[in-house]
Amino acid sequence: MNKSPQAYWSATLRLISIVLVVWFIVSYLAGIILAPALNSIQLGGYPLGFWFAHQGSMYVFVALIFYYAYAMNKIDREFDVHEE
Amino acid sequence: MSVQAWIYLMVGLSFSLYIGIAIWSRAGSTAEYYVAGGQVNPVMNGMATAADWMSAASFISMAGIISTMGYGGALFLMGWTGGYVLLAMLLAPYLRKFGKFTVPQFIGDRFYSKSAAVVAVICLLVASITYIIGQMTGVGVAFSRFLNVSNEVGIYIGMAIVFLYAVFGGMKGITYTQVAQYVVLIIAYTVPAIFISLMLTGNPIPQLGLGSKLPGSDLYLLERLDQIVTDLGFGKYTTSVPGSYLNMFMYTLSLMIGTAGLPHVIMRFFTVPKVRDARMSAGWALVFIAILYTTAPAVAAMARYNLLSTVYPAALENKPLVAPDQGIRYDERPDWFKRWEQTGLLKFSDKNGDGRIQHYNDKNPALQEKAEQVGWKGNELNVNADIIVMANPEIAMLPGWVIGLVAAGALAAALSTAAGLLLAISSAISHDLVKGVFKPDLDEKGELLAGRTAMVAAILVAGYLGLNPPGFAAGTVALAFGIAASSLFPAIMMGIFSKKMNKEGAIAGMLVGLFVTLFYVFAHKGIFFIKGTEYLGLIGGANSFFGITPEAFGSVGAIVNFIVAFIVDKFTKEPPAHIQELVENVRVPRGSQVIKGAH
Repeated sequence: MNKSPQAYWSATLRLISIVLVVWFIVSYLAGIILAPALNSIQLGGYPLGFWFAHQGSMYVFVALIFYYAYAMNKIDREFDVHEE
Repeated sequence: MSVQAWIYLMVGLSFSLYIGIAIWSRAGSTAEYYVAGGQVNPVMNGMATAADWMSAASFISMAGIISTMGYGGALFLMGWTGGYVLLAMLLAPYLRKFGKFTVPQFIGDRFYSKSAAVVAVICLLVASITYIIGQMTGVGVAFSRFLNVSNEVGIYIGMAIVFLYAVFGGMKGITYTQVAQYVVLIIAYTVPAIFISLMLTGNPIPQLGLGSKLPGSDLYLLERLDQIVTDLGFGKYTTSVPGSYLNMFMYTLSLMIGTAGLPHVIMRFFTVPKVRDARMSAGWALVFIAILYTTAPAVAAMARYNLLSTVYPAALENKPLVAPDQGIRYDERPDWFKRWEQTGLLKFSDKNGDGRIQHYNDKNPALQEKAEQVGWKGNELNVNADIIVMANPEIAMLPGWVIGLVAAGALAAALSTAAGLLLAISSAISHDLVKGVFKPDLDEKGELLAGRTAMVAAILVAGYLGLNPPGFAAGTVALAFGIAASSLFPAIMMGIFSKKMNKEGAIAGMLVGLFVTLFYVFAHKGIFFIKGTEYLGLIGGANSFFGITPEAFGSVGAIVNFIVAFIVDKFTKEPPAHIQELVENVRVPRGSQVIKGAH
């Protein structure tokens, strides 16, 4: 496996891109752009688009940061650049 | 015990706690003063960040604004939380690795230019000072409404408390006080919300209550609320959009980028021991923030339902609202209504003289004719958004100690944010200007003294602005976010993610980004918010840029910043080798050290 700084950086950028895609989907897509369409689906008493905007996106944001921290620590160790 | 006694007790208890922490946590070195010695536990730092971040506006006003806006209010919910994802991945860990005290210092070192640092200091000062005006007025408002003392006395007391722990304790004092303030404010916010949710839906968890059915009914709370507000001519609660979807998109983006670029938030991540702590700490910060931010929409919808069904008891029985003899009789209004009328936050004027309160959207043409037929002559009730949170405990008939708690919580939210901003301001002056530009040979003791002096000066300026809020105070938060989004965030991000970005590109980007944002904001609100100097004609009318409002323009400024920086960068020479090495070094966690301030 290539352990160069370039490879470490591209692994980092790949992880950031994945997280940003999900970040965009839950907030801007589900919460705003597609919200009117999603509102025809009910999640309990919530129209789904409204739920993403007022609740769901924030839960996903929290999960995303912890996932990022976990995955980033793993990448750090794989490339042997983690803190002692 | 009377309500007033409970308020004094709760506020008094919380203030003695803050003073106790101030005495215990005196800062003895610049490292303790600027970054709390770099030894703060990441969970604690998350809590302190949450208190730092959630301002008087988040605590007192946000739920009320959402209550009025409905669905569209989500731009504040998503905008003020989603920025943490950007902060956690794009800025915090790398700035922590860089290992210095302040944001302008990073920009100055990375772009090997004192001018870049000075531009960053100016952006930081304008953003933080405009932001702090709102906190000081918030302190005054909380004191005057809950404690029956004047605005002025309230602001003096607030200044004195912040003085104790910020001047002596610096970041160390501020951090531990913010942890305590978070605990106070989150209990104060959630306890009334839990009771209201329980009363209204039978579910004690507000986030679930908002999606529940009304007891003894087949209708969901949101469904019924939609019916009531549309009956009264307001926009449907679950779908109302402010302006256009594009504007909501850009507004949310501006708040997210602005959040990630605000220096008083960024600098909290300099206080944790390791790079990986900075990542985790951002996650914890958002957990603590989300507890309040996911409760707020429940408070918003439930308070709207409570208020409307107080005015129209018929709403509880599914009877038509726009009908003769509807609206509660004014002399039968509940006690909390009378109490909040005295503060001017609820205003009633009996336009049709029938002795009843009618509250509806009289600007909706579809409703006007029907309203006239039943003898209504216009909306008779004005509701200030702030009442939604502050009157909540009384509407839910909660005991006096809860009302006292809400008062202490509102003050905790305002004071914790003010203290964080004051530290950002004073460290930019003492570390980046005095030590960085004017007196580089200043020793440790001298810098500590400069830091404390700058803090005292900042408190006095903030207090003065709180006592004499400039006419533009209301528009300033938009300005703070616009500046952070259009200047600081792109500069820091390019400093990390673009190794070849040079000083010419970064400085040009910051200045042009800032300029277009200010140009658009000032076109709407006047040059430096001076009334009468608006120049809307020059830009072709209000919101002329694709219908985007000035508050939402920071994201456009950020995009302009990136584009200008890359174009200028293409035509100027690349940064020196040691700067490119610095960037490579910042990108890997290994070798990070506790921030000690050595240069």
